[in-house]
Amino acid sequence: MLERLRTISQDPRHFQILTLGSLLCFLFFFYDFAPAIEIIPFVVGTCLLTQYVFTKVFKLSHFDFRSPFITSLSLCLLFKASVFLLYPIAALLAIGSKFVIRYEGKHIFNPANFGIVALLFLAPDMVWISPGQWGSALWLALALAAFATLVLLTARRGDMTIFFLLSWVFFVFGRALWLGDPLSIPLLSMQSGALLIFAFFMISDPKSTPDHIVGRALFTFVTAGIAYTLQYHFQIREGLFYALFFMSMTTPLIDSFFKSQRYQWRQA
Amino acid sequence: MKEIILTLTALMVFMPMQAKAFCGFYVAKADADLFNEASKVVMSREEDRTVMTMANDFQGDVKDFAIVIPVPTVIKKSQVNVADNKLIDHLDSYTAPRLVEYYDDNPCHQRVYMEAMRSGAAPMTSMDSEAFKEAKKLGVTIEESYTVGEYDILILSAKESDGLLKWLNNESYKLPKGAEPILKSYIKQDMKFFVAKVNVKEFESSGFTYLRPLQVAYESEKFMLPIRLGTLNAKGPQDLILMTLTKKGRVEPVNYRTTKIPTGNDIPLFVANEFGDFYKAMFATQVEKEKMKTVFLEYAWDMAWCDPCAADPLQPEELRELGVWWLDEGTGMMLPGRRAMPPQAVNAYVTRMHVRYDAKTFPEDLVLQVTEDRQNFQGRYVMRHPWNEEADCEEATAYYQDLTKRFEKEAKTLANLTGWDISDIRKKMEENGQSFDMKPHKDERPWWEQMWDNG
Repeated sequence: MLERLRTISQDPRHFQILTLGSLLCFLFFFYDFAPAIEIIPFVVGTCLLTQYVFTKVFKLSHFDFRSPFITSLSLCLLFKASVFLLYPIAALLAIGSKFVIRYEGKHIFNPANFGIVALLFLAPDMVWISPGQWGSALWLALALAAFATLVLLTARRGDMTIFFLLSWVFFVFGRALWLGDPLSIPLLSMQSGALLIFAFFMISDPKSTPDHIVGRALFTFVTAGIAYTLQYHFQIREGLFYALFFMSMTTPLIDSFFKSQRYQWRQA
Repeated sequence: MKEIILTLTALMVFMPMQAKAFCGFYVAKADADLFNEASKVVMSREEDRTVMTMANDFQGDVKDFAIVIPVPTVIKKSQVNVADNKLIDHLDSYTAPRLVEYYDDNPCHQRVYMEAMRSGAAPMTSMDSEAFKEAKKLGVTIEESYTVGEYDILILSAKESDGLLKWLNNESYKLPKGAEPILKSYIKQDMKFFVAKVNVKEFESSGFTYLRPLQVAYESEKFMLPIRLGTLNAKGPQDLILMTLTKKGRVEPVNYRTTKIPTGNDIPLFVANEFGDFYKAMFATQVEKEKMKTVFLEYAWDMAWCDPCAADPLQPEELRELGVWWLDEGTGMMLPGRRAMPPQAVNAYVTRMHVRYDAKTFPEDLVLQVTEDRQNFQGRYVMRHPWNEEADCEEATAYYQDLTKRFEKEAKTLANLTGWDISDIRKKMEENGQSFDMKPHKDERPWWEQMWDNG
């Protein structure tokens, strides 16, 4: 039993599923504007099915439910659409991108991020992200952070989250200091649930980010810079997601400058 | 069995929540004891166009009235308009939380269905060249200067906050303490300042006895409502009712959480007499529950129809005046038993948000976004009148047993929503026809008296 638990705890994805799953439950019980319950089976189902089909098509050795499940939970938490059909479409595009858009055996985009941004481009009048929906319940952030620390301890790419949050702190606190604003304003921005989900579960995706640590630091800093500029200077509320989308395309380039070993999920 | 639907005329119930200020802030010219507690603002937004209408129920001497509002762009004379109070009041009562009443069917007989509806409408000089020179010395540029209606308006841009502060003080706009760092922040964000005071001559010749709402139209990617300055001269937390009109859907803040106000609750009958107090207490309880950190959604609905309608739907002309420039010639949706808009105005969506805030829990301006969410929401409270006439059958006994439970539930709901004492609630219910000991009402008269009703 203990042996089994240890094996499970070695794969950070289990913690991710646990955290995202609890967040979704939390939303249902305590918050208004929770995602409609009926979208969940469709999003989860589409993600798993797409993964299964592509596993067969590409003749991969085995079907792993964990990554697509995480993608589906992220989509349920972040993505909003006025037309029901767009939810499974986002799920399909998200998982599909993982198999189709690849460079040297590595997928370019974080699947959930790709699904969201693709739909923001394809159906701008029908989809949106509610960054404020999470509010700034500090304890929620703390609980998230605590869970994530567990994830960080086991995931090799936990450094991405730290790099990104530090970069974000640099930009928003820098802005506040420059404007002479009270620090409660950047603190408010740091407590945004959407930002934390992005930092802990999206940008930290080890499969679509640079392999070398210097590459990753550069990647996160520029992503934070672009997101900050889009959000604060161009008033684009989905800045974080666009920034990661564009930066993901530079991953092969960064990898070619900073070479390192490719990441593999440890098999539980 | 035929269903009879009767609609009683709408009754206005005023909430004792006084709207008192703009989202900017009052600056007293004489040391008048002014404070702002609540403001009513309408914003229409589509593409990068914003029209902001600010209610003005300033009560003091008009000479003392002055406001400073940060705006994203320079506002020219033709971008400013003085609107009619009725416009905002109409939208306010149309979107206000409402009380609905239903009458129970005779448990023995056919259904008689009546609906009544009450709306809790929330009651909620041109510059000489000397001044230009003086302003310039202090790093303040007077971008525009004009008079619209009863208002003298200046659009200022500034290089330094201390210069702006000094200039405003020289011009006898008295600023509250702590304004300087906020002005500085706005200046660095390249915001301009919309400064207005009353032109007494124009006001007197206008024949109006009150100050009319100011409207500003501008184009900017920025979709936000400045609230920071407003927190400075307020005594404690203040209220803002923000109503938005959009083409797409619900508006929400991106930097604060939105919470729906409780709705659909069955509440005791006596609340009809004190709906304003009820709503005020309920709002305060909800604010406390959320630690004053969220924006409350009170209404979100397609303007093409309402059910029930708290006021007559707005005419296309009214919507246009409030900034709905995209209104097209669609067709109104007619639904049985509901009031539909006249056939023009269909593609407008209204959102009503209510926020109680202070500088501590709402340190940042409201940054807004238009979403595609078109789900309907309204703050609606239900009173159910029990059947109180003759009912002599088996079902009636069960009905009256259920009534006691129902009343008890209503009492608890009300206590939870408002924090009122439950024994007081029960007492008031007893006094208002909701006895916890209701019995089936039997007609004891001889059958011939019952037949001719002459007993």
